[in-house]
Amino acid sequence: MKRQFFNFKTILFSGILATSLISCGGNNEGDKTSGDDNTLLGAGSTFVNPLFSKLYSEYNKQTGLKVNYQSIGSGGGIQQLISKTVDFGASDAPLNDEQTTKMAAEAVHIPMCAGAVVLSYNLADVKDTLKFTPDVIAGMFQGTIKTWNDPAIAAINKGVKLPNTPIVIAHRSDGSGTTNIFTTYLSKVNAEWAVKPGKGSAINWPSGLGAKGNEGVAGLIKQTPGAIGYIELAYALQNKMAFGSIQNKGGQFILPSVASTSAAGNIQIPADAKISLTNTEAADGYPISGFTWALLYKEQKYNNRSEARATKLVNLLWWNIHEGQQYCEGLNYAKLSPAAVSVGETLLKSVTYDGKPLLK
Amino acid sequence: MNMTAWKTFSYKKVRAESAFKRMLIVIAIIMVILAVSIFLTLLVESMPSLKALGIKYLWQRTWDPVTNNYGALPFLIGTILTSFLALIISIPFSYAIAIYLGEYKRTGWLSALLRNIVELVAAIPSVIYGFWALIVMVPLIRNLETKMGVVTYGVGILSASLILAVMIIPYAASLGRELILMVPSALKEGAYSLGATRFEVLRHIILPYTRSGMLAGLLLSLGRALGETMAVTMVIGNSSLIPTSIFSPGNTMASVIANEFTEADRTVYLSALIELGLVLFIVTVVINIIGKAIIKKFSSE
Repeated sequence: MKRQFFNFKTILFSGILATSLISCGGNNEGDKTSGDDNTLLGAGSTFVNPLFSKLYSEYNKQTGLKVNYQSIGSGGGIQQLISKTVDFGASDAPLNDEQTTKMAAEAVHIPMCAGAVVLSYNLADVKDTLKFTPDVIAGMFQGTIKTWNDPAIAAINKGVKLPNTPIVIAHRSDGSGTTNIFTTYLSKVNAEWAVKPGKGSAINWPSGLGAKGNEGVAGLIKQTPGAIGYIELAYALQNKMAFGSIQNKGGQFILPSVASTSAAGNIQIPADAKISLTNTEAADGYPISGFTWALLYKEQKYNNRSEARATKLVNLLWWNIHEGQQYCEGLNYAKLSPAAVSVGETLLKSVTYDGKPLLK
Repeated sequence: MNMTAWKTFSYKKVRAESAFKRMLIVIAIIMVILAVSIFLTLLVESMPSLKALGIKYLWQRTWDPVTNNYGALPFLIGTILTSFLALIISIPFSYAIAIYLGEYKRTGWLSALLRNIVELVAAIPSVIYGFWALIVMVPLIRNLETKMGVVTYGVGILSASLILAVMIIPYAASLGRELILMVPSALKEGAYSLGATRFEVLRHIILPYTRSGMLAGLLLSLGRALGETMAVTMVIGNSSLIPTSIFSPGNTMASVIANEFTEADRTVYLSALIELGLVLFIVTVVINIIGKAIIKKFSSE
């Protein structure tokens, strides 16, 4: 009789243990945003993290508002915004169709700054800046142009002694907005690339080595003689790596810089700001550029958010695209073009709380 | 009847014993439940990919996130190739260390030092191995490739296999050393008295005696090599093409999942990655079953 009693007790104990473990896994979606109204939460792009750190520390000095930004990647930021655990997300690529459907409510894209993707190479003996045309780039990355002294490369770089080294391609092994910008560009300028492999944050690369993060690709390029890869301008400048000038839509060979990237935005920006700056029409714009957007819900009254909180968010983003732009160049980011700023203003004015616009 | 036996008997002790035994059973069952629920979670989460791609996922060669067409074959090949190559490279080293520390130098300061260093090698975090391999080993491999006239990637299957071999040596070596120490002296002394040399004793007495245990050690090493992610992803070149030679880049299942998981922006993409995890899980289980069967066969002989 006593043994049966213990059987019951042990089962009861383990049942309680199991139930308690299960119940602590509860999902607290939405609770976080109704926390401390003096701290806003953001998450997303790693590319824009250095800029955001600077911006938010300056904003804090001016207004006392704290912003907690986590650079978990564009995809992660969008996920967090879909789950409504952050106030805003930051992404190097606009929402794709599946993400827009998952988001249920409408989200606006506010451009924050522009970035350039440069083609950096490792050729120790070549001191001049190499020139690349779209077809040459596509040929190299597809594997049809195999060595550096290929006639196609020599034709556009007259007078430069190119070695007989095989071309080693370096690309990203993880999904990334940088890859998105680069492959969108290639899809626009090369019909074959548009079909296969196409564009996206991660693609099926026809050849080459992959490395994780911009720093991984930069390291791979620096280590491998004859390597060429695509990295963000900021990394190339900080690591003093050689990069090439690219022929843009107007036919000019543009050297990537903060100025030429900002110039790439001097075009007609659509009302929803979901435009890719690649292969820009701007005459002196660098052709492999892109925006980073901050994403927020158009209707800010959800999940017990207060009007005060929504107003603070909109004011923060307004400051980012106006006064915040002065901090871009010091950190090697490109300022928004006037067209982009005005589209951003219109979009921010359309953000509402309970149907009423927040900015007057 | 022993009177002290009656005095020491108490229901309290019987209760404590039963409770203890039942607690052990509950904890063991929790482990089983955990393993089964991991498998079930993997299965459930890969449903979108299973529905979209079907069984051809296992032998398809392309991994294309743009067209949502995924195939696990290149990574399956990469995983199995690097793990088995690493195992083969590590066998002479593991055996040598086990034999030297178990038979020749059982005691002494050198033996203690070697033993501690071998255990330290197992304890070093894998990301440090990856880092070291990238900075030291890859340039060496690149020099080798330059001498051989192949494309000087540096990273690739060979680099990954070499660093994996270094990481898995301690498992088989430590286990092997323990087993060799346990060979009964009577057997060895009998052989010596019959005029056998040291090498002959090793070959005919010690190694056959410890064979099944050494195989278990190798299985442990292989298990570690199959799942290793960080060190491999830094030096394998991360290319989704099927490797054509030992110097070409490749990719392993664990490395692909680690790289692409956080930015997988579509449901089918995410579930294809989880299905890859499921395939890795099943491959590990299958290899373990085969390994155990081999060990059983050897120990029953």
